[in-house]
Amino acid sequence: MTARTEIEHIRTDPDLPPVAVVERGPMPASRRAVFAVVAVVGAVAWSVLALVRGEHVNAVWFVFAAVCTYVIAYRFYARLIEAKIVRPRDDRATPAERYDNAKDFMPTDRRVLFGHHFAAIAGAGPLVGPVLAAQMGYLPGTVWIIVGCVVGGAVQDYLVLSISTRRRGRSLGQMARDELGRFGGVAALVAVFVIMIIIIAVLALVVVNALAASPWGVFSLAMTIPIALFMGVYLRVLRPGRITEVTIIGVALLLLAIVAGGWVAETAWGQDWFTLSPVALAWWLAAYGFAASVLPVWLLLAPRDYLSTFMKVGVIVLLAVGILIARPEVQAPAVSSFALRGDGPVFAGALFPFLFITIACGALSGFHSLIASGTTPKLLEKESQARPIGYGAMLTESFVAVMALVTAVVIDQHLYFVMNAPAGATGGTAETAAEYVNGLGLGGTPITAGEIEGAAASVGEDSIVSRTGGAPTLAFGMSQVLSSAIGGSGLAAFWYHFAIMFEALFILTTVDAGTRVARFMLSDSLGNLGGPMRRFRDPSWRVGAWVCSVVVVAAWGAILLMGVTDPLGGINTLFPLFGIANQLLAAIALTVVTVVVTKKRLYRWVWIPAVPLVWDLVVTMTASYQKIFSAEPRIGYWAQHRAFQDARAAGDQSFGVAASPAEMDAVIRNTAIQGTLSIIFAVLVLVVVVVGAVVIVRSVRAGGLPSTEEPDVPSRLFAPRGLVATPAEREVQALWDARDRDRAPTGAGS
Amino acid sequence: MTAGLTQALMRAGHAVRWYTTALLGDRDYDRYVAHLARVHPGTAPVSERAYWRERHAEQDAHPGARCC
Repeated sequence: MTARTEIEHIRTDPDLPPVAVVERGPMPASRRAVFAVVAVVGAVAWSVLALVRGEHVNAVWFVFAAVCTYVIAYRFYARLIEAKIVRPRDDRATPAERYDNAKDFMPTDRRVLFGHHFAAIAGAGPLVGPVLAAQMGYLPGTVWIIVGCVVGGAVQDYLVLSISTRRRGRSLGQMARDELGRFGGVAALVAVFVIMIIIIAVLALVVVNALAASPWGVFSLAMTIPIALFMGVYLRVLRPGRITEVTIIGVALLLLAIVAGGWVAETAWGQDWFTLSPVALAWWLAAYGFAASVLPVWLLLAPRDYLSTFMKVGVIVLLAVGILIARPEVQAPAVSSFALRGDGPVFAGALFPFLFITIACGALSGFHSLIASGTTPKLLEKESQARPIGYGAMLTESFVAVMALVTAVVIDQHLYFVMNAPAGATGGTAETAAEYVNGLGLGGTPITAGEIEGAAASVGEDSIVSRTGGAPTLAFGMSQVLSSAIGGSGLAAFWYHFAIMFEALFILTTVDAGTRVARFMLSDSLGNLGGPMRRFRDPSWRVGAWVCSVVVVAAWGAILLMGVTDPLGGINTLFPLFGIANQLLAAIALTVVTVVVTKKRLYRWVWIPAVPLVWDLVVTMTASYQKIFSAEPRIGYWAQHRAFQDARAAGDQSFGVAASPAEMDAVIRNTAIQGTLSIIFAVLVLVVVVVGAVVIVRSVRAGGLPSTEEPDVPSRLFAPRGLVATPAEREVQALWDARDRDRAPTGAGS
Repeated sequence: MTAGLTQALMRAGHAVRWYTTALLGDRDYDRYVAHLARVHPGTAPVSERAYWRERHAEQDAHPGARCC
């Protein structure tokens, strides 16, 4: 222990305590030993996952492999990015400090901001994608979730957050315009809007599939609306500001609603009222989205967000604890035959590229760049905190995705395909479904119709055949894990509906907030056209708000309706579009980041954002190409389109899974829409990327281009760099605390 | 031994309470009052009820996205 850590205190004002602490020097031997142990445990866990064959792997190894990789990546790779690209300076005031208005700009404790940021980025996406990807076995999904996050998703989130922080918390769309020029900026803005619409539609489809013909689920979810209204009124009228109090009441009511759902589903009137068809549910969701978009925020959106934040953190902790206690064994193979042949029933296509777009959130999610720019940077206390918040929160989301994958691979594999194959394949009844999955060649003991019915009854549902969309499978797996950890099989039905409920709650939060954001994007764009349209820019103009809300809801509602009535199954045709859209948004974000890094002439380190960008482009463009040009009808939208068109022209009365001419027409129409959307997404993103490449070339030729960063303003506050303060940081914090105590006017202390 | 345990539990309880209330925003109004006193001394802060009305009006006009 000869080498000592060198501690430098940075001051911006001689009358103030230091605003930052910089610690340099080699890592102490004890810390090195800890990281060495972590690395060894991680390597062992990965070896078990990758190499063990013929016997069942325990799910705990997933947790070890994931956590050890995250620790190493956070300590070493994120540090490298920090040192070489971000180069944070804690003597600079962040936008939160500089423009502090105690509203949207406000320095927020890093641990609290971590919670905010995580609640904003994590939703149902990381829960659903891995479940669908489980058809390819556990290994490819696990590798992509963990490695993709460490070198892709977390890098994107971290760099976008850092760049936006230096630009007054500008949004991705604004930064695209600043960095890429007007043309690239407009393309990026249109892409963001279209992508948002498809993401809302597909997530809504997941909710519909989870709730259709489930009176228990419908009742519980419907109850969240009066609960939210009650909370809104409570906070507005009765006790403003008592948010935790009302949230605890709300969560208690929510749990009551889940239990009560079981009673209601037993009664004749309950079944009558709450058994809704997919089409009816789609209309209800559209109505809900519209209401959430035009009603005041305090009444519906804000209280739902409190519930959702509370539930997100709670549920994820619960699931992690459940997996560690139950330590279930994995039933799925490491790599399934569907991964190699690309003919799986859950989604079509080969492992490359379709695994990488099915698991979007949890590995690399473009949507995060909308949160990491615009919202979170306005709350950041110190530039160096972008690492725990941007990189760290994404690691946490990746961990959620790993747990979701675990829940899907620990359930019986026959049952997994019973739930996830489309109704056209399973035939919709337990008998036909058993026959279908036993013919898939999964190995192991074949399943019987009685076992399928028994599994449905154990979670309080009439049927679990073809409950596609991922949510029911996750709920089933979670109920299996949690009931073996806590409470026994008597609670299985409760846990199942608990899981369905929170997934639906997360998704509705995305649907309502997304509809509102899209409405504002639309009205801003219309307003920018000028002339009589200028009025749309006024957010308090009710007519404008209603018109834009109708347009946005109609756009995603139409895609949703198309999905629920699709003879081909909906999820398996639309989910790839969701994944492609989300990953294309990541391509836009990473293009902006790469351009900024080039403009700053950090050529040696440009590979850090460029590697995930190139990988993402290869994946999404291959997937888009196959979706548009593949001659295989199961994969290519247009091939499917032509096949049905030809059959229709030949006068066939049924074709494939379409049982009537009307269903054939539906397939012809749907595939045309899906194919067109694929083309629009790909073209918009290619425009942005090409513009980005042009700017990069121009910048290299000019030897760097001027930065759009805000000028420096010295910081006058202190905050630790990491989530846990170091001893040196605690000493400085104590100086600030003492100063605040001295300055506090008498009587105003708190 | 039990005294130490009780103390640890109390501390954990305080930490959970601190974190939950900070995350959900219970103390935002206090922060606003302190902010006003620091930046614009002499300006009378609005009531807590009015503060939350303003916050929500602000959110009405500037929606934040929620990811999938």
